[in-house]
Amino acid sequence: MKKRTHGFQVLLPLSVLAILILINLIKGADYFSVTLINGALYGNIPNILFGASELVILAIGMTLVTSSSGGQDISVGVAATISSSVFVRVLLGSASITWTTILVAFLISCLVGIVIGAFNGSLVAMFNVQPMVATLILFTAGRSIAFLIDGRLSPILANDLTSQIGSVIPGVPIQTPIILTAVFIAVVAVFLKATNLRLYSEAVGINPRAARLNGIDPVRIKLLTYMILGVCTAVAGFIAVTKAGRHDSVNLLKFCEMDAILAVAIGGNPLGGGRFSVSGSIIGAYTIEVLNRTLLRLEVDPETIKAFKAVFILVLMVVSSPVVRAYAAKGVARLRARLDATVAKKPRDPEREEA
Amino acid sequence: MGENGAGKSTLIKVMTGVYEKDSGQIAIEGNAIHFKSPQDAQAFGVGTVYQEITLCPNLTVAENMFIGRGRYAFVNWKRMRERAARLLDSLGIPARPTQQLSSCSLAIQQMIAIARAIDMDCKILILDEPTSSLDEDEVRKLFSLMRELKSRGVGIVFVTHFLDQVYEISDRITVLRNGEFIGEYEASALPQFELVSKMMGKALDDVARIRKHEPSTRAGETPVFEATGLSSAAGVRPFDFSIRKGEVNGFTGLLGSGRSESVRAIYAADKVTGGDIKIKGKKANIGEPIHAMRLGIGYLPEDRKGDGIIADLSVRDNIILALQVLHGFWKPFSRKQAEAFADEYIRSLNIKTASSATPIKSLSGGNQQKAILARWLLTHPEYLILDEPTRGIDVGTKVEIQKLVLKLAEEGVSVTFISSEIEEMLRTCSRLIVMRDRSIVGELTGGDLTENVVMRVIAGGS
Repeated sequence: MKKRTHGFQVLLPLSVLAILILINLIKGADYFSVTLINGALYGNIPNILFGASELVILAIGMTLVTSSSGGQDISVGVAATISSSVFVRVLLGSASITWTTILVAFLISCLVGIVIGAFNGSLVAMFNVQPMVATLILFTAGRSIAFLIDGRLSPILANDLTSQIGSVIPGVPIQTPIILTAVFIAVVAVFLKATNLRLYSEAVGINPRAARLNGIDPVRIKLLTYMILGVCTAVAGFIAVTKAGRHDSVNLLKFCEMDAILAVAIGGNPLGGGRFSVSGSIIGAYTIEVLNRTLLRLEVDPETIKAFKAVFILVLMVVSSPVVRAYAAKGVARLRARLDATVAKKPRDPEREEA
Repeated sequence: MGENGAGKSTLIKVMTGVYEKDSGQIAIEGNAIHFKSPQDAQAFGVGTVYQEITLCPNLTVAENMFIGRGRYAFVNWKRMRERAARLLDSLGIPARPTQQLSSCSLAIQQMIAIARAIDMDCKILILDEPTSSLDEDEVRKLFSLMRELKSRGVGIVFVTHFLDQVYEISDRITVLRNGEFIGEYEASALPQFELVSKMMGKALDDVARIRKHEPSTRAGETPVFEATGLSSAAGVRPFDFSIRKGEVNGFTGLLGSGRSESVRAIYAADKVTGGDIKIKGKKANIGEPIHAMRLGIGYLPEDRKGDGIIADLSVRDNIILALQVLHGFWKPFSRKQAEAFADEYIRSLNIKTASSATPIKSLSGGNQQKAILARWLLTHPEYLILDEPTRGIDVGTKVEIQKLVLKLAEEGVSVTFISSEIEEMLRTCSRLIVMRDRSIVGELTGGDLTENVVMRVIAGGS
């Protein structure tokens, strides 16, 4: 039964994706076309994968936090801005920019992400503050903190190496953020496979008291998921800042926290915690990106795009709601019963009876 | 009446509009009625108290009694409190209207749920397992209340697992088995053993055949577990306790006497505030449940829904949970291994489930309990604590669990067994620790293990 509900979870965003792609195909049959420019692939699909990379990574972390704590972190965009400001600061402060210094700066920014996650996580896990309220603190203060770290408005990353991370490394046909996202997804998949994080987090999210009586420390697990989310924000911030080429503490990854939560919801994950599907959230994140680009392609006025997006999401949420699901299940059962009845009415096949 | 999974609770949910009926007819005073929701049922005078308490623990007693009942958006708080106080008083429920519900014991909460249903001016009152968390005195109060309502002309449907209670209060008995109607009988014309065999669909595997095995007492043997001066934040007075290898002992006493709190202190389920613990003679420190687990202690909690099951997870995950945690965060079992563990116990304990991937919440109470039992058996504990493992489950499963306890003891596992039913404990335990007012008041062995003596000690006689 688990498999079937799980299948349905992923089925819905997938079919939405299919509908969106169909709309795009109707608009222009060249939707899937890919062109080679300077040795790298460009086109609608690569652009979607490129554009959604930060959102996908944030959605993965958000899924884990949602599962263990039954709440959402609304400070992910801000956290990414802070950790990337540290990255920029360290990088610009070093004597020369090489792959090594970039790696060191990145690792330091990951550390910052973990500290931010631990801060949010300890408020949630130890002081039992509602996740949204706990992360509201950083949400409010974060961009000012990032500005203070920057020391000035929008420091610029003017060098080849970081811009290669944000776009294309010569000789590699795929844009770097797409590769980074794929690697990150793989790391998360391996981590989930190699540990009991899923079982522990789901148990803590569903029934923390019972989890504790079975030897799981709910505080530690919640803290761990927030720290993992911290790493996710650092990676997302790293990609975002290399894409932009400068650190705009006011606008970097603005409003992405809501999209990350939305991706988790579209992925069929209960926002109240417990069972979770990372693949659902990833598909959800790509769906949001495709939706944004489809609306742009349909020449919806950028000023009104948010309203159209809202309508679309409203329909999606209603269709995937438990009420509609129950109706759908009933309908399927009735159909099956009718089918069985007509089959039974048919004269019996003697061969089959023998078998 | 009916065993676990016979369809009692489901039938009641259909009768009260929680589930919509697919076919058939419901008539009240001769008029055919179709309930679309529980509110519908209430409007027609069908009041219900469900098996699991469905009140809001964070609201006050009075709010719980009247919530969702007003026709108006405004609430007259003073009047509400007064009415609540009157009702509580007339039913003899020891709770204040302004008290938060979560500060009441389970039994009191149950009685408040009944009070809520009664005040709805109901013609028909449906009680699904109302007595499973009440002690005898409270059951008596409830029964006198039920008789009072009966004389006022209220029809009562009473669902229970307690055979004695059915015979004490009911006029007619309807038996269900495996979701089917078996029959309806006059209570006076249906002998108890016949009722049980109808429920089980076979001749009763006589409970009398359960024989406990007396562990040979060797002087100077080191106990498997020994505690001195143990106390916990849940308010249990410092107590001494020990258990030998292969021994079955039990804590008994009235509800709220501290028997659950005592075993919770042993397992560190509540914060331990003092005391020394020795495992096989060696000093040990149990500050968290995980420490107890690592020392080979298993604990089946009293509150199955709140402390036992992880409702949304599969039966498989629920079964392997404790062993998996002992195994370690970095060493998850493979799917195949987990499947094998779960299937082994689903078979050996005869857990009725569609598959091991079914969410545990969709199983009946008794089968959920068996799954939790399987969870601990899988860890092969040296010392197993079972707090009310037989509560709210059918006769057949109760017998199975008692037999299992004795079998475990024969294999050398030490078991602490708690049950509200004294006969069950007398059948299984070779030593009974009697509690009153959160401290140990007596310890009974051998010839003292009779119902009479136990009752006397509980009641405070000599």
